[in-house]
Amino acid sequence: MSDDTAQEARARDDDVYRAKSRQVLATLIRLLGDFDAAEKALQEAFAVAMEQWPRDGIPANPRAWLVSTGRFKAIDGMRRRARYDASLSELAKQIETSTSDPLEQEDEHIEDDRLRLIFTCCHPALSPEAQIPMTLREVCNLTTEEIARAFLTKPATIAQRIVRAKAKIRDTRIPYEVLPPSELSDRLDTVLHVIYLVFNEGYSASFGASLTRADLSGEAIRLGRLLLQLLPEPEVMGLLALMLLHESRRAARTSETGEIVLLEHQDRTLWNQDYIKEGVELIERALASRRFGPYTLQAAIAAVHAEAPSAQETDWAQIVTLYDLLMQADPSPIVELNRAVAVAMRDGPAKGLELVDALLNRGELAQYHLAHATRADFCRRLGMQADARVSYERALALAQQEPERRFLEKRLKELED
Amino acid sequence: MKYLCLVYLEEKILNAFPAHERQAISDKAMSYCDKLQKAGQLLAASPLHPVETATTVRVPEGKTSTTDGPFAETKEQLGGFLMIDVPDLNDAIRIAAQFPGAHFGSVEVRPMKELGCAD
Repeated sequence: MSDDTAQEARARDDDVYRAKSRQVLATLIRLLGDFDAAEKALQEAFAVAMEQWPRDGIPANPRAWLVSTGRFKAIDGMRRRARYDASLSELAKQIETSTSDPLEQEDEHIEDDRLRLIFTCCHPALSPEAQIPMTLREVCNLTTEEIARAFLTKPATIAQRIVRAKAKIRDTRIPYEVLPPSELSDRLDTVLHVIYLVFNEGYSASFGASLTRADLSGEAIRLGRLLLQLLPEPEVMGLLALMLLHESRRAARTSETGEIVLLEHQDRTLWNQDYIKEGVELIERALASRRFGPYTLQAAIAAVHAEAPSAQETDWAQIVTLYDLLMQADPSPIVELNRAVAVAMRDGPAKGLELVDALLNRGELAQYHLAHATRADFCRRLGMQADARVSYERALALAQQEPERRFLEKRLKELED
Repeated sequence: MKYLCLVYLEEKILNAFPAHERQAISDKAMSYCDKLQKAGQLLAASPLHPVETATTVRVPEGKTSTTDGPFAETKEQLGGFLMIDVPDLNDAIRIAAQFPGAHFGSVEVRPMKELGCAD
């Protein structure tokens, strides 16, 4: 074999690795009942593949071959170590007899295993701090270094969270299963929440100089697509649509110098029409099911914006109606604030100011910079300069992101001019 | 009269002991329990896995909420216990969520250690 072909073969094997490794891992965790044992078996199986495949060719079903080899390697390893730890011999026997050789199994189990992996990493008995790195590491195959970089933390911190999460899964016996339909909805909420947290972390970093970290948003969208393929529930469609519609505006939401561009001033020709089209189709499917929830409603609101030729020509009445529905499905002060903005666009800033003042007086959003920035904007549009200044200053004192701070400073300066 | 004796300790104090001393404490606790059992005074005893393994279940307004950690409200007091034997945590959460107390309070689910304290 010439060097070129060897290299090509290696690249082809790497592609197989990337495409198959998470599927193989998901099945090995079920067969071996342990994350670390499965990870080790996966590596050993690929080591054998790297040796055999270039020589003998890629097997007809590489995934099943890898699972079978990994399972064999794990059982073999336990037998060898049983000399020092007798309990391993029992465990090896148990795994060998209770699970059949995956080469003989149907492919339909595979998708179930991938779902089991997602549901285990997003189990509500784990904190979001643990769910997110577990999902990114085990399901998405990001390294701890990559996860740490995305979350502006140290690799050791992420590694420790993953170790603790695995210990909790093992010690409390979090089962490797997808819940029955009667319990699926509560549990699916947690999975969707984890994916949306990952997306938001990428879309708008909670602090620091950079407003967007595209890698995490892209990863969340990939996760959304995978989940939709495995579990075509309306709210999965809703969440994927919501992420796609937000993502469609990425190029338009910051200027070349990194400044925030508000929705009303964005160059709509920069919006990604493929994402919008895909998002809108998903929303239509979700709405048709009549079992949709908050994600679908938020996506529907984003879709009304996406389909409007300009801010002025937006169907604000429809947006207010959708916010009314969202307030019934998933009430929160943030939803109320967004509704106030839509009402201001439909009925004028005076009406919006009335709503946002009532909301601020209740105290829940007193520390939320966007509530004060919204109030400031209404006051500015009503010509109440002094009130506007007080609220912009309050917002500035609470804002943590550099681009947001610069935006508020600019608005304050404009008031003086 | 039956009594429930709850053992409170700072885990980091226990973990600071060298392994052989932890083992000695565990052995002493086990032999104490054996003695009580022989005297017909002990119904059940077990060390628990560390507090990181705690999961709290609440059912406000009929919707089960499961969270990581032992976070009972400070105004909530220990009101009772259920010792259960089920295959996994999902079953334990299911049982905790159906307990009437979970609708107005919280139920902390902690796995029991199968071996001694030094495990």
